Amino acid sequence: MIPGHFEYHAPASVDEALKLLVQYGDEAKVLAGGHSLLPMMKLRFAEPGHLVDINNIPQLAGISEQGGTLHIGAMTRENDLIASRLLWDRCPLIPETAQVISDPQVRNCGTIGGDIVHGDPGNDHPAVMMALDAELVLRGPDGERTVPANGFYLGTYFTQMEAEEILTEIRVPVPAPHTGHAYCKLKRKTGDFATAAAAVLLTMDGDTCSAARITLTNVGPTPLKADAAEQALQGQRIDKALIEKAAAEAMAICDPAEDLRGDREYKIHMAGEMTRRAIRQALDRAGRS
Amino acid sequence: MAKQQISFTLNGEAVDALVEPRHLLIHVLREALGQTGSHIGCETSHCGACTVDLNGRSVKSCTVLAVQADGGEVLTVEGLAKNGELHPVQEGFMQEHGLQCGFCTPGMMVRAYRFLQDNPDPTEAQIRAGMSGNLCRCTGYQNIVKAVMYAAKKLREQQPA
Repeated sequence: MIPGHFEYHAPASVDEALKLLVQYGDEAKVLAGGHSLLPMMKLRFAEPGHLVDINNIPQLAGISEQGGTLHIGAMTRENDLIASRLLWDRCPLIPETAQVISDPQVRNCGTIGGDIVHGDPGNDHPAVMMALDAELVLRGPDGERTVPANGFYLGTYFTQMEAEEILTEIRVPVPAPHTGHAYCKLKRKTGDFATAAAAVLLTMDGDTCSAARITLTNVGPTPLKADAAEQALQGQRIDKALIEKAAAEAMAICDPAEDLRGDREYKIHMAGEMTRRAIRQALDRAGRS
Repeated sequence: MAKQQISFTLNGEAVDALVEPRHLLIHVLREALGQTGSHIGCETSHCGACTVDLNGRSVKSCTVLAVQADGGEVLTVEGLAKNGELHPVQEGFMQEHGLQCGFCTPGMMVRAYRFLQDNPDPTEAQIRAGMSGNLCRCTGYQNIVKAVMYAAKKLREQQPA
């Protein structure tokens, strides 16, 4: 099983890559880690005439902190997120999420940027980036623009990114002090996408939750931000009844597609349970941070 | 579609191949270079039978284009034994009965080789996590874990303290 015919390009710079995208238009597709695109090409779900491989552009990878913001190159591999002391120190939610993505070999190839722009609701980083209020730096032929992760996802495989743009960097504000985090993912086996998953960030002011972020993976056509669930917790002392209320609000916005992982009812139920667990874990961690 | 010349190091030796961009690394290894140790399993990057080492990292060679190996360094199961002596990972799989049908074994061993380079003194849980990208339908994994443990011990003993 091999992909159909295409012409292969391996540009050495983002500018060169952008030129190729402009030149070949709809015919071109960017190759990052390749673990979503190449299987789709084998199955002829994708048949690009030109493949623009951005694996030879070293400036696209790397992690740094500048003035309270983490800058993560789009081509940073999942395993390099896991190996980053800076991330474990400043935003452990990101490497913890990378650890539950696929398996060791795939994480050697798969990139955070590919996971973010692919647009499959099963990808894990998108919901986490929404919970973290991350910004995505997109470069196109007319220059650079920055768009918030919240609002970036318009539908399945449909984002705000234009065909002639490349995601170059992800900017993540370091979470405030006394913020607890969790990403709880239910999956059937190693390597599987989530049956349902929830990302939670809770910032505490003493016993009161001053800010809450709750987002969901793979229970709708896009990652979902559970605004009403967040509002249920914000400004409150979180107790068992409030956790139940937040879980119910999160379940209310789920619109999952039935597949081999389960029917709609089961997935919605699991999204509620992942939300409960993530709130409890985030709360526990906030108390210790 | 035009073929293109690629060159890389395979198990320590320089090799060339003429490939189409759409050819996957596993196919070039097996069909153009005659190294049939790495197996084609699921072809969808799930099973790990095609695992090889590319530039010091384990990858599934069914989901890497051969052109992406150009200029790189590849290790397959054929490169594990040296001077007629089995690598400790191979010895471990033999001694601990870490295989039954053997189909997954080349990928398992090349993955175990890299895993032990990265983590020479692993716990059982770390082995299970580190080997989680390789599926075996025969053994139930127990003896594979033992084989990796055996190899870890032997490799540590070989290292000058």
